[in-house]
Amino acid sequence: MQLTAEEQAMLRGDQGIAVKEAIEYLIKVGKFWDAERLVPVTNVHMMGDIEVMGDGGLKWLECTAQKKARCAVNVSTNARSFDFNFVERLQQDKGEAAKEKKLIGLLQQMNVATTDTCINYQTIYQPHLGERVAWGDTGTVIYANSVFGARSNFESGPAAFAAGLTQRVPAYGFQLDEHRKGTFTVRLDADLDDLADWGAIGKLIGEPNQSYFQVPVFHGLKRTPHADELKHLGAALASYGSMGMFHMVGVTPEAPTLEAALGGNHPHTEMTITNADLQRLYRGYDLHDGKCDLIVFSGPQLSLWEIKSLSERFDGKKVHPGTQVFVTSSNGVLSAARKLGYVQKLEAADVTLMEGVCFYILQNLSQMRQRSGWTNMISNSAKIVNIIGAHRFNTILRRTQECVDIAVSGIIR
Amino acid sequence: MSDVLATIQVNRAFGDVVEGEAVMSEEGFSPRYDLDRWTGVISKPGHKLEGTQIKDKICFFPTAKGGIAAGWAYYDIKCKGIAPRALVFGVTNPVMVQGAVFANMTITEGWSQRPHDVIKTGDWVRVDPNRRVIELLRRSKAG
Repeated sequence: MQLTAEEQAMLRGDQGIAVKEAIEYLIKVGKFWDAERLVPVTNVHMMGDIEVMGDGGLKWLECTAQKKARCAVNVSTNARSFDFNFVERLQQDKGEAAKEKKLIGLLQQMNVATTDTCINYQTIYQPHLGERVAWGDTGTVIYANSVFGARSNFESGPAAFAAGLTQRVPAYGFQLDEHRKGTFTVRLDADLDDLADWGAIGKLIGEPNQSYFQVPVFHGLKRTPHADELKHLGAALASYGSMGMFHMVGVTPEAPTLEAALGGNHPHTEMTITNADLQRLYRGYDLHDGKCDLIVFSGPQLSLWEIKSLSERFDGKKVHPGTQVFVTSSNGVLSAARKLGYVQKLEAADVTLMEGVCFYILQNLSQMRQRSGWTNMISNSAKIVNIIGAHRFNTILRRTQECVDIAVSGIIR
Repeated sequence: MSDVLATIQVNRAFGDVVEGEAVMSEEGFSPRYDLDRWTGVISKPGHKLEGTQIKDKICFFPTAKGGIAAGWAYYDIKCKGIAPRALVFGVTNPVMVQGAVFANMTITEGWSQRPHDVIKTGDWVRVDPNRRVIELLRRSKAG
């Protein structure tokens, strides 16, 4: 791998042991992918929570802090596994909560802004066309690549943190022009009038084309999608298909035309999504024991506009006794939503709003499920319907208004 | 050194030479979506390997699934003593590689022939990243 003089200095340890170890790690990852060089990044978004890092990860972070590590570029953090106001109510482990607090302190000590949001692209930082960043989770990456035309691979916690310390990432994958071209096409011949429909596309397209290097090109849409729709599409494509980029002709910046989006590639498949495909998908969910005691709006965290919409749908209503409804978002969104009265309407309907977390990464979720007797989890997010499986929920995707109706009536169809 | 019964070439590889019992999956894998990270058992309902223990195994997966979490998760399960010895992917993604490198766990991508055609779950295999090969060393007695 070709290194600049500054990078060679990092490798020698001129900037300290933490930077030296970080660049060594990045080089190893880069070599796996045949990267020829490292490239500079301007912004980092990292996942680091106690649920996924565990004691080993926390200890590693402590050791790194002792090496006087300090991030050299703006770094934000992804959603985490505790909203500390809910530890008692959710009967989460207090010891783990203390570790999460310690972890947050260590990150802050190393110049990380613990924003605790998975929608940084809606709330914290919007990179421009061609800007190189190092982001994770996957939903943030696919949004950066597709909607902003910025450049990022899936950068997991240790990789993003190493990028924060060195301001570098290895040049492979979506950092390179060659991987950003469309590989197959998808004609959108459906109404797509709910966020769940956009996530459903991600499932229909992602599952049969599971590969990081598959780049779908959507076309045929009869209107302009809004940011939350693209967010649910991207999050689901990344989740079901492990994909990091899509194009939408006339919508995303690298797709002024179908030909431009394909960049000379011959699409290996041409798919079409219709209303009938979506209906079939919704009908395909097993309702299991028919219980509807858990409705979740999360994964990704909700934007201000999603919360506004939910507050209107729940206005004047009450969640059915025995049913629990959870909404998660960031501090910034919830602060604004409270100022605007949306939070109060939701709370009046007995909806629970949690800050800085994503439902599926809550610490102790499996135990919480067992204790609460939850079997079905109903959501309008195709992503969370996919990823919460390891906690042994039976998951059901429904449109937003159906989720609200189920929450209020306690009846699922 | 044991006789080699079959050899598969891989396209990309990282890590130490390891040997172990093969676990063959027809389905992709994510340590956050599919795995109980406290027991090392694949726990997602309906996963084709649901109920399978992956501790100390050489795991063959056709694809990688979603998930940034693998970056920390492999290190975590290694510290907990329930990590597989190697991950052998048909197609992988950066997170799996970042996570495996961080945990110093052997990982490969791409295969010269479909390993499922020559290796069965329970067979003893060696993964050699330097030579970019997977070698079948012993058939499972159960098989």
